[in-house]
Amino acid sequence: MTLAIAVALLTGVGVFLVVRGGAVRLILGFILLGHAANLVIIAAGGTFRREAPLVDGGAVVETMADPLPQAFVLTAIVITFGVTVYLLSLVARTAKQSAKQDPEQGGRDD
Amino acid sequence: MTDVSFLSTWALPIVFIGPLIAAVATFVLGATWVSRVIGLLVPVVVFVVAVLLILATMDGEVVVSQIAGWPGGVSIAFVGDLFSALMLATTAVLVFTSLVFAYAAGLGMDRWFVPAVSIMTAGVYGAYVTADLFNLFVMVEVALLPSYILMSRQGTLTALRSARLYLIVNLTASTLFLAGLGLVYGVTGTVNMAALAGLGVLPVVGIATGVIMIALMLKAALVPAHSWLPATYPYTSPAVTALFSGLLTKIGAYALVRIISIVYEPGQLLTVIVIVVCVVSMVVGVFGALGEGTIRGTLTFQMVSGMGYILVGVVLAGAIGMAAVVFYLIHHMIVMTSLFLTGGTVEHEEGTGIVRRLGGLARAHPIASLAFLLAGLSLVGLPPFSGFWAKLGVLTAAADAGAAIVIVVVLVVSVGTLISMLKLGTGIFWGTSRGEREDEDMPSDVSVGPASTRAGATGTAIDVAAAVEAPPVTRWRPLLVIPGLALALVSLGIGVFPEWLLELTQTAGQSLADPSEYVSAVLGGGGGGGA
Repeated sequence: MTLAIAVALLTGVGVFLVVRGGAVRLILGFILLGHAANLVIIAAGGTFRREAPLVDGGAVVETMADPLPQAFVLTAIVITFGVTVYLLSLVARTAKQSAKQDPEQGGRDD
Repeated sequence: MTDVSFLSTWALPIVFIGPLIAAVATFVLGATWVSRVIGLLVPVVVFVVAVLLILATMDGEVVVSQIAGWPGGVSIAFVGDLFSALMLATTAVLVFTSLVFAYAAGLGMDRWFVPAVSIMTAGVYGAYVTADLFNLFVMVEVALLPSYILMSRQGTLTALRSARLYLIVNLTASTLFLAGLGLVYGVTGTVNMAALAGLGVLPVVGIATGVIMIALMLKAALVPAHSWLPATYPYTSPAVTALFSGLLTKIGAYALVRIISIVYEPGQLLTVIVIVVCVVSMVVGVFGALGEGTIRGTLTFQMVSGMGYILVGVVLAGAIGMAAVVFYLIHHMIVMTSLFLTGGTVEHEEGTGIVRRLGGLARAHPIASLAFLLAGLSLVGLPPFSGFWAKLGVLTAAADAGAAIVIVVVLVVSVGTLISMLKLGTGIFWGTSRGEREDEDMPSDVSVGPASTRAGATGTAIDVAAAVEAPPVTRWRPLLVIPGLALALVSLGIGVFPEWLLELTQTAGQSLADPSEYVSAVLGGGGGGGA
């Protein structure tokens, strides 16, 4: 339930920020949406099993956490990170460029 | 079967790993002739592998490579069936021709270009051979990340803005894809496509996979998720648009076909949804194309329309419909890229892609106009071009399934496509030239009005793109003209000798309609790799 509420909150705030417009809000919104998707995957693995998996052969299937969703999320975080950094640099360049072409706008690019 | 074991152990991973190695090598080497040659060699190697794969799978066999030798169902599997092999071969041809065009246009001078294209193609090839939904997600991201770079590389404000929109749309789709993956894993405990076979009949699985399909729809630019395509593709350099048109949206189409084929069973609801989406895509795409005033604007809307043609067969008449899908997909990739390349030649050499600023170019440039004519007629679907057989296939499937609405819309939209291609052709190549028209009536030119605001924006992007502003009488660079012509001739060749491709697509269609072979090969232990 906690996870479901967290996903709902993250998605809600994320969508709000994205549709609100403005480059920084947009990026923050997508970061939150990415977190929401990651939590969905973690929830899919089941949060009731929490033992460390695959360690010393002592883990029991009934209690160990599902390692696959964690691997998924790890991959997804790396990809989202890369894309976010690129989006940031793109926004920065667009702002710089539009400031050059249209000085009155003062470098803001919403 | 030694060749099959070679394919499963080496060839399948090579189509993904090879381009990645090439990307590293070309990045280290910088923008030298060596890296440009390596860039061209990669699609050649992939094409050879794809042909071997076609030969190995042309009777409906499936070649499987279980990565790291894990048992089937647990491992990440690379799978080559006939559909994948045909897509690999077609993509390799398009990458090669687009690269030749890009080099001629001067993009090879950019040290990021060849590495970015190599990584992008690695993702595309990987997406065609993977049997795992999460792996598909990763492959799509591998293809998209360099595409963001290619999109914005021009550095103009228009290019940067369209790149930002492009990135945001794809980020949305990727987030949705990821959430869908979580849902699928949550309800089934696997993301292996073969393990999901037929589970789409369960409502929870159907809905979870549906989330992924919505994300793929966005990537494939199907209506109602299409509007980003005409707002982004025309604003980068022509070579990049050509490359994207054959590669990126088609991953979405491929993945949709694959998922529908394996996960879902034919059913009333699915049929209705697919037919509605596809029919609306055809109509909206062709109307959009009619309203555009630029070359690439028109062509991107034709892509939206074409996506409807491609995917409508998925739910029509089982194997016949699936065969039509495969044939149309191959035809459309070739013809669209050909048109983008010829259109790109015009933009590079004339300095603009705005149709009403062009005209009468056929006299000075007969070969380019021939290439455009051939590809245009093929897109419309006239014999003896590949488009005729492609549309015939869709119509046959629709007739078999008794879907009258599809038949009517296909025929009516084809007329629309004809009009829009005639408008483009007369505007660029035939009709009066720029100089003659300035003496005559300007008002008739102004009537192209509606799209002119956007057309103005394209103009600025393209004026910068054309490094050399050529005077009207100069001969166009042959290396810009040849790639588009070559692909148009491929389309003509397929149209004149369609039997071999029809046979191959029929086999591919059968295995898509009944994916049991694919499923058992992926799940059944080592498959060919064990041999």
